Amino acid sequence: MPDAPEPITSDLVIVGAGIAGLSAALFAAERGIDATLVGETGEILFASGLMDLLAVHPLEDGRTWEDPWAAIDALRRDIPAHPYARVETADIRAAFDALLGFLADQGLPYRRRTDRNVDVLTTMGGVKRTYCVPETAWGGVRAMEEKASCLLVDFDQLRGFSARQIASALEPRWPGIRTARIPFPGSTRGQYAEQLALALEAPGNREALAADVRACLGTARSVGLPAVLGLYRTEMISRDLRDRIGVPLFEIPILPPSVAGLRLRDAFHRGLTEKGIRLFPHHRVAAVRYEQTDKFVLDIAAPDGEHRLHGSALMLASGRFLGGGLRADRNGIRETLLDLRVHHPGERADWHRQDFLDPRGHPVNAAGLEIDDRFRPLNDGGEPAHERLFAAGSILAHQNWIRSKCGVGLAVASAWGAVKAYGPPTEGYASLSFEKYIDKN
Amino acid sequence: MHTQVLIIGAGVTGLGLARDLALRGISCIVVEQGDVNSGASGRNHGLLHSGSRYVSSDTEVAAECLEEADLLKKLAPQCVEETGGLFVAVEGDDESFIADFPHLCEKARIPAEALDIDDAREMEPCLSDRIIAAYAAPDATVDPFKLALQNFHQAHQNGTKLLRHHKVVGFKQSKGRLKSAHLVNTETGGAVFVEADQFVSAAGAWCGEIARMAGADMDMVYSKGSLAVTHSRLSERVINRLRKPADGDILVPGGTVSIFGTTSLRMDVPSDVRPTVREVDYLVSEGAAMIPEMETVRYIRAYAGIRPLIKSGDDGGDRSVSRGFILVDHADDGLDNFLTISGGKLTTYRLMAERTADRVCERLGVCRPCRTREEPLPTDPAWEWTEPGLAPREWIKHPDHEDPLLCECEMIPASVFDSVIGSIRAQGGTPNLKAVGLRTRMGKGACQGSFCGARVTGHLCDRGDLNSRDAQTELKRFLQERWKGERPILWGGQLIQSELKEAIYCGLLGLET
Ligand SMILES: Cc1cc2nc3c(=O)[nH]c(=O)nc-3n(C[C@H](O)[C@H](O)[C@H](O)COP(=O)(O)OP(=O)(O)OC[C@H]3O[C@@H](n4cnc5c(N)ncnc54)[C@H](O)[C@@H]3O)c2cc1C
Ligand SMILES: Cc1cc2nc3c(=O)[nH]c(=O)nc-3n(C[C@H](O)[C@H](O)[C@H](O)COP(=O)(O)OP(=O)(O)OC[C@H]3O[C@@H](n4cnc5c(N)ncnc54)[C@H](O)[C@@H]3O)c2cc1C
Repeated sequence: MPDAPEPITSDLVIVGAGIAGLSAALFAAERGIDATLVGETGEILFASGLMDLLAVHPLEDGRTWEDPWAAIDALRRDIPAHPYARVETADIRAAFDALLGFLADQGLPYRRRTDRNVDVLTTMGGVKRTYCVPETAWGGVRAMEEKASCLLVDFDQLRGFSARQIASALEPRWPGIRTARIPFPGSTRGQYAEQLALALEAPGNREALAADVRACLGTARSVGLPAVLGLYRTEMISRDLRDRIGVPLFEIPILPPSVAGLRLRDAFHRGLTEKGIRLFPHHRVAAVRYEQTDKFVLDIAAPDGEHRLHGSALMLASGRFLGGGLRADRNGIRETLLDLRVHHPGERADWHRQDFLDPRGHPVNAAGLEIDDRFRPLNDGGEPAHERLFAAGSILAHQNWIRSKCGVGLAVASAWGAVKAYGPPTEGYASLSFEKYIDKN
Repeated sequence: MHTQVLIIGAGVTGLGLARDLALRGISCIVVEQGDVNSGASGRNHGLLHSGSRYVSSDTEVAAECLEEADLLKKLAPQCVEETGGLFVAVEGDDESFIADFPHLCEKARIPAEALDIDDAREMEPCLSDRIIAAYAAPDATVDPFKLALQNFHQAHQNGTKLLRHHKVVGFKQSKGRLKSAHLVNTETGGAVFVEADQFVSAAGAWCGEIARMAGADMDMVYSKGSLAVTHSRLSERVINRLRKPADGDILVPGGTVSIFGTTSLRMDVPSDVRPTVREVDYLVSEGAAMIPEMETVRYIRAYAGIRPLIKSGDDGGDRSVSRGFILVDHADDGLDNFLTISGGKLTTYRLMAERTADRVCERLGVCRPCRTREEPLPTDPAWEWTEPGLAPREWIKHPDHEDPLLCECEMIPASVFDSVIGSIRAQGGTPNLKAVGLRTRMGKGACQGSFCGARVTGHLCDRGDLNSRDAQTELKRFLQERWKGERPILWGGQLIQSELKEAIYCGLLGLET
């Protein structure tokens, strides 16, 4: 047996680097908690960049809400076991304020109307109701509301994005919409959003793009493009293009793999490191066990060797099936790291509806970890599985983020709730984080 | 509209018949309620039977299969993969059946060679160590889509028309003859009448329904069979269980995947067939007896078809109903120009078409011999894309980075879709999403349409082949159709995939509303 690696000790170890884990690490840092985050970032790459809070409830009626907070109130009444029922509205607001403040500081500003959902264009030419959108997409929200004269631009090689498809769906309600296809500037020959976004980091490519757009601008008062306006300096690039073209631009969220997730990952990694969080990105936790009663021991397998983490508290933010926090076989569903009890809808024949698009959603999507009011997963006896074990994000039971449109909101709110449940802020931290991000409405 | 012969059903039988007649200079219209291979022809195992499976139960079918399979290997090699086949028994299987098998094969003149158990396991390492007997037989696999499309291609070149999305709902008759068929366009609801001299129902499991519309009588048995598709190819050869034909006993390779089946469940009506969770569980555990890794491999989908079996007197279960075909002359029902061809196998489709065409020619007073026994099936490159592995091979040979891969699982670039769309139009068809999907491998890979569904829809809109509103409807239809096959195999890897797919189409695009 090789020697066990020297353990790294922290008060709180968070597993999972999706929105839930990253947000939990942020909230922990702002409360002065000594925390380590370990997790692969695979799934965030699928993110759209939009942040939903809650748009649809109840699913059976498909009711969509303008006011997400009112929707949350209704949901709490109807589904008392929903994770939103375990966080106060004031806390969810504080969580969003903290997150958006942080992202803005990292050069990835978001926009919202504090008390109203907004509608965003989809690549199918439909609208998606969400809560916060990247600043670079806000122009699209406004353009759609005003139905002002607008030019949609697309590029030959970007798959799954057809300006013509979007525009022809909207034309009947939005006569001022036009389209143009232009060659992507420079020598970029790639089909991935990431390649296009990187190419636009170069000013020469931006000027070429701007020249082509100017040529077909006509009377358009804004220009919509697929969300590939840069990878790292999106704000600057979109401003620069606006200056060159002469009208505001907006990004339309594209199908995965998109760059929205890369931008978020990049902002979080930079910001969390600055805040003193120990990060083990791209690492997979191979095993977790309790040692004595006061310590979690995590074995991490990575290309650069093995690590061992000790934590006096553990937070699972490892996601669902896609994230890897849950795993199903023919006969059941398990939690992958500690084999915690998973609430699920019985036999496999009952996991999914006959129709993929059944508006009620699939029962299996409400499977997950049941928790107490302090975000601690419950064991078979309905007791917390461990005094200092917490869970946050989509791994939680009794929610269906896909259909309710509450993915990021649920991750952020539960991360906040779980960090709060972990314990009071270290002295000198509480007032700071709350004052800075207090909701102005 | 008028034609010499109206053929109902664009499965392999109907299209094989259209080709046969076209080669004899007879003009036909084929009408089909869905698209090519909407019935059993698009939902079978793809096994080109050497006949060995039927040596104990039906020697006539065995002989037909042997001869037809040989012909197809020779005349339509582009549709066939000569994999060879094994018959293997595991501990506990019927010893006397095992003992009789070589003799029965010999009697049927099917070359079946006894194999040493170790040799068999070396040939197919996936086999269980509990195998007790093994034989090699000349089984092969056939791509039913390519077969149907190439048959129609030649028929079309000789003047045959295909009306897709046209359902026969009734007939006009006078003086003991059918005058015209009443069709309804299933997309638009419009009515069409087609007059013909001769009418042939090649409607598979729906032949009973069609016969009743004409006032004739035919008793059909509907037997549903489900199959499960694995993510990777488990064996080089077809592997049959060496026992009396039963459920869950054949593994057929299909390009890069393997297909295991089947079940047999009696159904009341031949429509809306879906594979179920229970059937898949049954298949998995049954298959694991021969091939243990079937318990642990990833499955990407399942599907189900209806066997058109013609009812006979005694009822010994669906497996004992003959797999032979019948050609019914409805003159006995007082109709002089109406034939039904049903039952049989994919393997024997050519023979079924030949016999039917002979009778049609006799009726029409045309005296030209069948040519499909000698003449090779021509290959038109436009209809080759259903072959698993073809698109990736072509892409690797000539990668073109200006030509985006719209489907990554099967590596299908935009240019292939463009050529398929062009060919559909050239045959007078409408290139919607479903039609394109049927003529390529799109949506058949591991992602089951997660990415290619939206991308190809976008591409069709972009080209102007689809408008946005229809695009939504078609994409939804496409997703629901894929879902039928995914639902029963959603655990492990494929459940992860379906979660991603739902996140895209519902979470992000909101298609459920
Ligand atoms: C296609 C798609 C579109 C989406 N669109 C939207 C949208 O428009 N609006 C919205 O609000 N939300 C959207 N979301 C949802 C959102 O991005 C998050 O997926 C969701 O909020 C759940 O976040 P999570 O952090 O709980 O889980 P995940 O994002 O699944 O993160 C869990 C992480 O844990 C890691 N992990 C698991 N096990 C281990 C282990 N043993 N060791 C180390 N790491 C591990 C995984 O690698 C993963 O990165 C979308 C998601 C997808 C997939
Ligand atoms: C599960 C299963 C596995 C099989 N495996 C094999 C195998 O491995 N090897 C083998 O050789 N054979 C196999 N078979 C048998 C083989 O698939 C069939 O014998 C063959 O496909 C029958 O073709 P067909 O053209 O006669 O009928 P079908 O393919 O069923 O065609 C009938 C067509 O008629 C159309 N139609 C019906 N009603 C109407 C109407 N009112 N108006 C217009 N059109 C209409 C239908 O839409 C359909 O397209 C299998 C069958 C099943 C079900």
